[in-house]
Amino acid sequence: MKNQEICEILRQNEIADGIFDMTLKTYRIAGAALAGQFVSIYLNDRSRLLPRPISICEADPGRSTLRLVYRVTGPETGTDILSTYEPGTRIHVTGPLGNGFPIDDLQNKRVFLIGGGIGIPPLLETAKRLHGTVIPVLGYRSGPFLENEFGKYGETYLASEDGSCGVKGNVLDCIRQNDLHADAILACGPRPMLRALKEYALSENIPCWISMEERMACGIGACLACVCKTTGRDEHSNVFNTRICKDGPVFLSTEVEL
Amino acid sequence: MRDMSVSIAGVTLKNPVMTASGTFGSGQEYSEFVSLDRLGAVVTKGVANVPWEGNKTPRIAETACGMINAIGLQNPGIDVFIERDIPFLKKFDTKIIVNVCGRSIEDYCEVVERLADQPVDLLEINVSCPNVKEGGIAFGQKPEALYEITKRVKACASQPVIMKLSPNVTDIRVMARAAEEGGADCISLINTITGMKIDIERQTFALANRTGGLSGPAIKPVAVRMVYEASHAVSIPVIGMGGISCWQDAVEFMMAGATAVSVGTANFNNPYVTEEIIDGIEAFMERKGLSDIREIIGAVR
Ligand SMILES: Cc1cc2nc3c(=O)[nH]c(=O)nc-3n(C[C@H](O)[C@H](O)[C@H](O)COP(=O)(O)OP(=O)(O)OC[C@H]3O[C@@H](n4cnc5c(N)ncnc54)[C@H](O)[C@@H]3O)c2cc1C
Ligand SMILES: Cc1cc2nc3c(=O)[nH]c(=O)nc-3n(C[C@H](O)[C@H](O)[C@H](O)COP(=O)(O)O)c2cc1C
Ligand code: FES
Repeated sequence: MKNQEICEILRQNEIADGIFDMTLKTYRIAGAALAGQFVSIYLNDRSRLLPRPISICEADPGRSTLRLVYRVTGPETGTDILSTYEPGTRIHVTGPLGNGFPIDDLQNKRVFLIGGGIGIPPLLETAKRLHGTVIPVLGYRSGPFLENEFGKYGETYLASEDGSCGVKGNVLDCIRQNDLHADAILACGPRPMLRALKEYALSENIPCWISMEERMACGIGACLACVCKTTGRDEHSNVFNTRICKDGPVFLSTEVEL
Repeated sequence: MRDMSVSIAGVTLKNPVMTASGTFGSGQEYSEFVSLDRLGAVVTKGVANVPWEGNKTPRIAETACGMINAIGLQNPGIDVFIERDIPFLKKFDTKIIVNVCGRSIEDYCEVVERLADQPVDLLEINVSCPNVKEGGIAFGQKPEALYEITKRVKACASQPVIMKLSPNVTDIRVMARAAEEGGADCISLINTITGMKIDIERQTFALANRTGGLSGPAIKPVAVRMVYEASHAVSIPVIGMGGISCWQDAVEFMMAGATAVSVGTANFNNPYVTEEIIDGIEAFMERKGLSDIREIIGAVR
């Protein structure tokens, strides 16, 4: 049986402009979590019915904690309300959900972990679990966050649109300028970045797994809200559509249309 | 022991609580949260004669106390449904209600005929989906068209037929009567109310389909009123839905005239809600000293 848990917020603070770092006490989710999976966060506000899907940034089964890093998307949004919850507040959380990154297939390889903006957090747990050479390449609009924590797992490369950290430009500019190479890519970030990485992976002839995003209602595969186009017929849907929440969010880049 | 069972067209449900089509898949995903054995019935996602791709994304948007959706009836087609979904549901001690969609009367009849020898208890005919261009709601907005499709479907159906009505009409009583005259064994209502949301930052529609069906607590008062009106206009049973998210809501629909209720959008907010509603109704009966749930059906006249 899957479960929803009522989790207490242990800590929450703003680590960069509009980026919040929240730690939850969870007895079950932390132990079950895989890197690249996500949870559904419900607000304690009955007028906002739908869960907010947020990636697992870190899971610590020993301490029974789950760390989430999220962006407030605007004033009066659900994430804005979430950011005001004080430690001690209890919220409903369902998870872990989705499939996660293929960690076992990539042990002892050279792996690019490529994150764009708020796509960066799930790569932290991924970096922790990969034994091999991990090369985090993190792209920001402006100032960085979480970058120091990746340093523990591998030499970390930064890029920013405005040049305020690392290479001025995007993650691919950063890879080329530093002449980086790897056997595989794990990536999460905005659609244009994923599209560019799919192209890059094809030209380099390396596999690329990407984590996708879409609006969700059920978050567990029942409502068909969160689909993306697939290149082949999907086994479950029997059409060229797959459910991001259930069959993803991680897909091989060649399996999906971007 | 309190009797929570209700009967629809000769089919006895152990309790009046079922799922609303399209919000619960074919039960597989939610069976990891709730015990399907406890539900009065599972109503499946609309299924057509052939697979449907559905609409482009974004397919949903949150609104105040509700959401709008334009899934566009994506479904794997009747072959996969019969092969995979019915055997799954058969493992549980619950009634199976298959929601049927189509683009033409022939499409609907084809699905209904394919289901004839299947272990399905009831058919729910969706003539009220606002999110597909052809078929769907076209049959649900004119009484003559509704009468015609009801008659044709009834003629080829082996199971009792529920006609699912659209709220996007001027007078729900006229539509309820048209379905009854066409031979429907039951009516269910309401489907979603057509809505729209605009993303003002991006200056565009929130849904790729532009419009979508509004569901959730936001539509509940409209739904209660329509269930009340429809149940007084016909003598066949009425299944009520629209924004039910707790046992109080379910009791309210039943007092307005519903024999059974469907729970949809609320599952997204609380995956355990269907079981909680069943427990809540039972506790209410106990508190009020009711031995038979039928005592509350249409209790408010
Ligand atoms: C698998 C997955 C993992 C994610 N992980 C993270 C993460 O780790 N950190 C983070 O900051 N963000 C993450 N997101 C994006 C995050 O879900 C949205 O930013 C968030 O839901 C926006 O909600 P809101 O309350 O700010 O906006 P509102 O405007 O109040 O939201 C209204 C509705 O739209 C949905 N919605 C709005 N924007 C998005 C979006 N971009 N993607 C999906 N749903 C959206 C909301 O969930 C809600 O149902 C993830 C998305 C997915 C699909
Ligand atoms: C995501 C979603 C998908 C739906 N799909 C269907 C469908 O396939 N067939 C149908 O008859 N109704 C469908 N509906 C309508 C519901 O069954 C129900 O009539 C409506 O949502 C009102 O109930 P609620 O407020 O409890 O959700 C859908 C509703 C939602 C929210
Ligand atoms: S959100 Fe319902 S299927 Fe993915």
